[in-house]
Amino acid sequence: MRYLRLLLPILLLIGWELVSWVVNNPFIVPSLETVIPILLHPFSPEYTLGTGSMVENAAISIQRVGLGFLVAAAVAIPIGILMGRSPLLNDFFDSTIELLRPIPPLAWVPLALAWFKIGLTSIVFIIFIGAFFPILLNTVDGVRSVKKTWLEVATTLGAKERQIMTKVVLPGAAPTIWTGLRVGFGIAWMCVVAAEWLPGISKGLGYLILYAYNFGQTNLIIAGMVVIGVIGLLIDFVFKRVEKKWFSWRGLER
Amino acid sequence: MSLVLKGISKSFLGEGKAEVQALSHINLEVADGEFVSILGPSGCGKTTLLRIIAGLDHATGGSILLDGNRIEGPCPRMAMIFQEYSLYPWRTVLDNIAFGLEMKGMEKPRRRAKALEFLEMVGLVDFAENYPFELSGGMRQRVAVARALAIDPQILLMDEPFGALDAQTRNMLQRELLEIWEKTKKTVIFVTHSVDEAVFLSDRVVVLTARPGTIRDIVPINLPRPRERTGTDFARIRRYVLDHVEKTAFSSKV
Repeated sequence: MRYLRLLLPILLLIGWELVSWVVNNPFIVPSLETVIPILLHPFSPEYTLGTGSMVENAAISIQRVGLGFLVAAAVAIPIGILMGRSPLLNDFFDSTIELLRPIPPLAWVPLALAWFKIGLTSIVFIIFIGAFFPILLNTVDGVRSVKKTWLEVATTLGAKERQIMTKVVLPGAAPTIWTGLRVGFGIAWMCVVAAEWLPGISKGLGYLILYAYNFGQTNLIIAGMVVIGVIGLLIDFVFKRVEKKWFSWRGLER
Repeated sequence: MSLVLKGISKSFLGEGKAEVQALSHINLEVADGEFVSILGPSGCGKTTLLRIIAGLDHATGGSILLDGNRIEGPCPRMAMIFQEYSLYPWRTVLDNIAFGLEMKGMEKPRRRAKALEFLEMVGLVDFAENYPFELSGGMRQRVAVARALAIDPQILLMDEPFGALDAQTRNMLQRELLEIWEKTKKTVIFVTHSVDEAVFLSDRVVVLTARPGTIRDIVPINLPRPRERTGTDFARIRRYVLDHVEKTAFSSKV
């Protein structure tokens, strides 16, 4: 049943509206008709307490998350490839990574502030920490999953070391690396919201919802949360589409 | 072209650091254009021997001479065909066949045109733009053969290439391989554990003993091709070779 998927969201919206009517306190449960106008005017700065329009805030958050995510990918993928290819380097890095990995990205906030002060660098650093480990671990896994026969075929067909890397190891590991990027981006997107709560930040979706709280504008908080959710969903959708288009061979190696 | 195996031995450290002798003093000369099978029970080191010839493993004793020159590593004059899982699942059939040419730096239109010739030879032109997972096991091995042929090697090294196929497909591919061999005049070294396959295909059958692998006998098969599996001569030679193999299997159990 295709439409069954829509049933629960619709029931939830109706329930919400009923509850808002019963509670009758817009600070606790704002009614739908105070949230929807905000979502319908994403380009208008009039609904966001003078923090710039929803789109503007979203663009800034996406920019920040993109920056931290790209830096994380640029560092994690090469290290992951080296670790996947060389047991020696794996042993060298592995214990450190296992020690650092369980530390939640947000636990790095005070240190980030101490090192980079208030500003973009701190935010990017937190996002970097969030995205780094899933990308790294998946890259290592992906490189290790490259079949020995694939490498040997390349060797016997005259491939040089560099060609084996670009024509066999990378494409062979690509689906798993892509999964790492997808998971990493998801975590990065979670981190950006919290990172925008750092002092001295004055834009971004995370900032917007906290700012709205300070003014008791729960309807704006919820509208901001909806936008955060939808953007996360859309980006994940793009990742999945690319995966389906380019990496549909995964699991069908024969 | 002449290929000479001189006193090839191979030992490795097994469990508990005990030295295991896999191959012992293998001497063999393969003539230009000859079809030689290496036959033996599993664990006799026949695949190891082939891998040493291909330059994928190193012998611990002896040497391999190709036209008088010692071979130390993978050599473009030989191409190896593996048992299975050797095609690159992210490449189309045509791009798989063109892989070796690409490694040599041949530009795209030329290598694709050339790959198409070999695709034609194995009768899969209609599948040029398909991916390996869309092909049956027999078709995939045809592609693997075409990919090896595409780099124009003098020697084809085949490691139980039809071992994973059903009996009918297997017989069909054996006949096709002989046609290709007659057409291209390649030298073939073919590893198999099937007596029937060895006798059907080869000019000579090299029977290996079980561990350590040594040459028990080299049986010339002087039957005209195409060979009839049901013929009395075929049955007689098959019986003879089978006796050899069984004896080696029994003697290794004692």
